[in-house]
Amino acid sequence: MDVKRRKFLKIAGLSAVAGVAAPSAFNMLLKGDAVASSGGGHAEKTENTGHAAKAEPKGIQYGLVIDVKKITHTKGLAEKCIDACHTEHNVPDFGNPKDEIKWLWVDDYEHSFPEHSHHQKNDALHEMQFMLLCNHCEKPSCVRACPTKATFKNKDGIVMMDYHRCIGCRFCMAACPYGARSFNWRNPREQYANGNFKFYKKPLNPEFPTRMRGVVEKCNFCAKRLSKGMMPSCVEACGNTGAMVFGDINDPKSEISKVLRENYTIQRKPASGTYPSVFYII
Amino acid sequence: MYDSGKVITGLAIFVAIICFPLWYNVINGAERIPIPLMPKDQKKCVAPSDYMRKSHMVLLNDWRDEVVRTGEREFQVIDGKKYEKSLQNGCMNCHQSREKFCTSCHTYAAVTPYCWDCHVEPKEMN
Repeated sequence: MDVKRRKFLKIAGLSAVAGVAAPSAFNMLLKGDAVASSGGGHAEKTENTGHAAKAEPKGIQYGLVIDVKKITHTKGLAEKCIDACHTEHNVPDFGNPKDEIKWLWVDDYEHSFPEHSHHQKNDALHEMQFMLLCNHCEKPSCVRACPTKATFKNKDGIVMMDYHRCIGCRFCMAACPYGARSFNWRNPREQYANGNFKFYKKPLNPEFPTRMRGVVEKCNFCAKRLSKGMMPSCVEACGNTGAMVFGDINDPKSEISKVLRENYTIQRKPASGTYPSVFYII
Repeated sequence: MYDSGKVITGLAIFVAIICFPLWYNVINGAERIPIPLMPKDQKKCVAPSDYMRKSHMVLLNDWRDEVVRTGEREFQVIDGKKYEKSLQNGCMNCHQSREKFCTSCHTYAAVTPYCWDCHVEPKEMN
């Protein structure tokens, strides 16, 4: 058969169109309601991007509720919590704010909740002590920013640091909206040679390693204690005061869920969209 | 062959210089391979000693991943004794001396791991 150039191109073009279109057409026929399902998907999508809507929680997500009034009115409780945390994790105290390392600290209302605008503030708010720590967000921006996966979210919803992997680029510090991360500008064990740990308030806790110069560190919700069935050391320091309640916020039966349902709580910087797991009862 | 005397002498000197590290060690009595101090009261480790000798760093790295990243913290050996997957709270419970157990070999092999920049050695615990 003598196929002319023009005829060949026609056949080739038609077969190409058929080849591309056939599988998708076949799929549509198999599904039956192809148009309807894509429409539904679209509706769902817009719903999820809505400001208040949140995807159905799954897995464990540990969280902490802090009763600010109880913390403020129980004298020395905040200091006790901070001390318990920093002793437990060998957090150094360099004695100057520039090099400061903090896992758990106290600040006032304005600095803790800068997005909450007020014309005239409640007098009681002025003296409130807000305990601040890593929020262990559901959608942590630090984890997305970390180029080495040194910071990651573990199976319990805790935002963890793997200090072995941290290269000290501090992208996570820039990404964290809460300033919950500290950088080791100095070697916390500088004085090791003299046997004088002047950067540690107490003798080293042999259970937990220290950090080295050039890594970022932060609260880890006492992941090691949790694995042994213990509460985080700050929660333990609060004792029976009920100033801090720790637990799985995704479990509707947990104590923390009960506390969250029964009280009005606020989170820090909700507009940053990271869904913090630390809640404040004010 | 012209100047064979000079050439052979030159070659001999050249070979002698090239082999300097070898005969230097022979003359000075080269350092013997150090034998790390083993714990007296323990017979078994978490893995056969041959494996531990060659691949303890692999094991430690695996432990780090398992503990920090997946939260699997317990390690069990055959005779039922539980070991914590931890350098400072596991290994150093038996191997009490960092100096005689770790450093002696690491110095010989000219490797300087920075484990102890963070981890607390038994000496510091006391």
